Amino acid sequence: MALELRNIEKRVGAESHIYETNLSFVDNGFNVLLGTTLSGKTTLMQLIAGTDKPTSGEVWFRGTNLTQVPVQKRNVSLVFQQFINYPNLSVYENIASPLRVAKISRDEVDERVQRTADLLKLTPMLGRRPDELSGGQQQRTAIARALVKDADIVLLDEPLANLDYKLREELRDELPKLFADRDCTVVYATTEPTEALLLGGHTALLNQGRVVQFGPTSDIYRHPRSLLAAQVFSDPPINTASVQKQGDQIVLSESVSWRAPDRQAALADGPYTIGIRPHHVLPRDPGGDSVAVEGEVLVTELSGSESTIHFDLAGSVWVSLARGVDTFKVGERATLYADVAHALLFEPDGALVAD
Amino acid sequence: MAKITLEHLRHSYMANPPTEADWALRRLDIDWDDGGAYALLGPSGCGKTTLLNIVSGLLKPTEGRVLFDDLDVTDLPPDQRQIAQVFQFPVIYDTMTVYGNLAFPLRNRNVPEKEVDQRVRQIADMLDLTDRLDSRASGLTADGKQKISLGRGLVRSDVNVIMFDEPLTVIDPHLKWVLRSKLKELHQEVGRTMIYVTHDQTEALTFADRVVVMNLGEVVQIGTPVELFERPEHTFVGHFIGSPGMNVLPCELADGGASIEGHRVTVANASALNEPDGVLEIGIRPEFVSFADQGLPVDVVRVSDAGRYRIVDTRLGAHSIKLLVREGESVPSERAYLRFDPERTRVYCDSRVLT
Repeated sequence: MALELRNIEKRVGAESHIYETNLSFVDNGFNVLLGTTLSGKTTLMQLIAGTDKPTSGEVWFRGTNLTQVPVQKRNVSLVFQQFINYPNLSVYENIASPLRVAKISRDEVDERVQRTADLLKLTPMLGRRPDELSGGQQQRTAIARALVKDADIVLLDEPLANLDYKLREELRDELPKLFADRDCTVVYATTEPTEALLLGGHTALLNQGRVVQFGPTSDIYRHPRSLLAAQVFSDPPINTASVQKQGDQIVLSESVSWRAPDRQAALADGPYTIGIRPHHVLPRDPGGDSVAVEGEVLVTELSGSESTIHFDLAGSVWVSLARGVDTFKVGERATLYADVAHALLFEPDGALVAD
Repeated sequence: MAKITLEHLRHSYMANPPTEADWALRRLDIDWDDGGAYALLGPSGCGKTTLLNIVSGLLKPTEGRVLFDDLDVTDLPPDQRQIAQVFQFPVIYDTMTVYGNLAFPLRNRNVPEKEVDQRVRQIADMLDLTDRLDSRASGLTADGKQKISLGRGLVRSDVNVIMFDEPLTVIDPHLKWVLRSKLKELHQEVGRTMIYVTHDQTEALTFADRVVVMNLGEVVQIGTPVELFERPEHTFVGHFIGSPGMNVLPCELADGGASIEGHRVTVANASALNEPDGVLEIGIRPEFVSFADQGLPVDVVRVSDAGRYRIVDTRLGAHSIKLLVREGESVPSERAYLRFDPERTRVYCDSRVLT
């Protein structure tokens, strides 16, 4: 029996923030909520924490109905995007604070604070105050406080969003390890698809108040059920275009068509939508069954280890993502190579066709 | 337009800095060519804002000179340096129209109305603001307002340099690429010297032809995006640019070669290994490490799926070595051997590459 949302719904006035949702999180697992701002992640977290009540439906945890249980009586820890610590307490006392409230013996408090501080590399900072710490250390302190009380449920609402990217990389790497051996269910909200992938575990894809798909993170990334699921779980955005299947050919435009891969060969003729992830569109011909497409370069973004080329393909924006540094000038005509063997096909209503 | 030279620059906010660490800028010599697109990149506290303020004239350096072409401007106040600046937050007049905002820097300098009109329309055209010229600036979105700020920076034809200080901070992440594209295009069109200050490596590498990377008050490397990725001259550059950053491993020298934990490694800068005095390390990016039949013996400890590739974390004794494995390629389960690309493996002494 895990953390469950049963027929949960949240309306504020005439507006639905969460449409009727059923979701059973993985017990003792790492569960990610992935979606853009206002997709419903924070609302779901508040319903689980008990800081907000559902309009209808129930929250269950390990066979107990929590819906009417007040927030103080749910054994839940919360970490937010903003670093929230007690400014006038030392790091030690900040971490110890949930244990002080629970009236735990002095020796046990000390043992647990030291162990948690060690895990989060805060031991040298225990005597300092939060304003003497870097942003990364402040958020480590907030995470330590959430860990120290051995909560049943730990809710992390975009905890890395306010950190610069190197600190984000470091904490993202550590977080799944911190929770791996603990007896608690983690729910982690993020707007970033790559972060969801690297955290692993299970992911729920959210869009405008609805769960679009839930499952093991890598699985649903590779096997989205619908175009919408593929779009929610793609950064940069997945490239899409209308295509026609005609006999054994898939036709993108007058000049671009290719032989349907075996898995799509038996499909009925007619209109489909193709979805092809940016890393399957490359600036150099990878060989195999790739198809050349031509467009005007809008910009090449460089991250240092990857190049993201935005280009205009017959009126829609497509994106290519390649390793290393590839630069094109703005406005240049460029040929890019789409690895259509990895393309996904969707019905006109958005459902994935047999894969 | 001008070439900018920073000569033997040093700056401290203290009257008599007692130690080397009390210098915000330790020693700088930089030449910025006329018409170039440059970025100043580094973490917070690295000295980039101090440097920006010295170029604009808000701060007088403790030592050294600032030259615009051959004119020494070190003692000139900001308003006599002919500089345009674009800041983090849009600096515009809400009550004026878009036209009025763009015209302001020109009218302020008594430019004839006919020329004002011509310049404003030209800039508005570049920024796709022509159909908004008569609208009130207050009605625009954050990215619309920031476009006006960019336009105000670009509208004067008499400036020596345009400086951008984290100009995309307030822009929605999904729209950033559009403004990045605009900035690149504008530089291509106007060919003015531009300096872009940021802590974000994607911002810097996307905008600039050459990037000045700073850390702890020093320039650690000046290079093109390709050079910073393929030939980091300092371990900080390897770490800060690229995700995950460069592997940095302690090494020993023996028999004219380098080895890690007693295992010989072929390096690109072998000819430079003549009795260096200092801490020796080998640097290799995860992109240039692969699994092989023989080589460095490691234990595979963790695999993270990033979708387009997997990050494999391995251990050689106490040292972590990360490598990237493409989608679809296999990863050995426990014991494995690693190969370092010899062209991309370098020895560093006290963090600087040996040459």
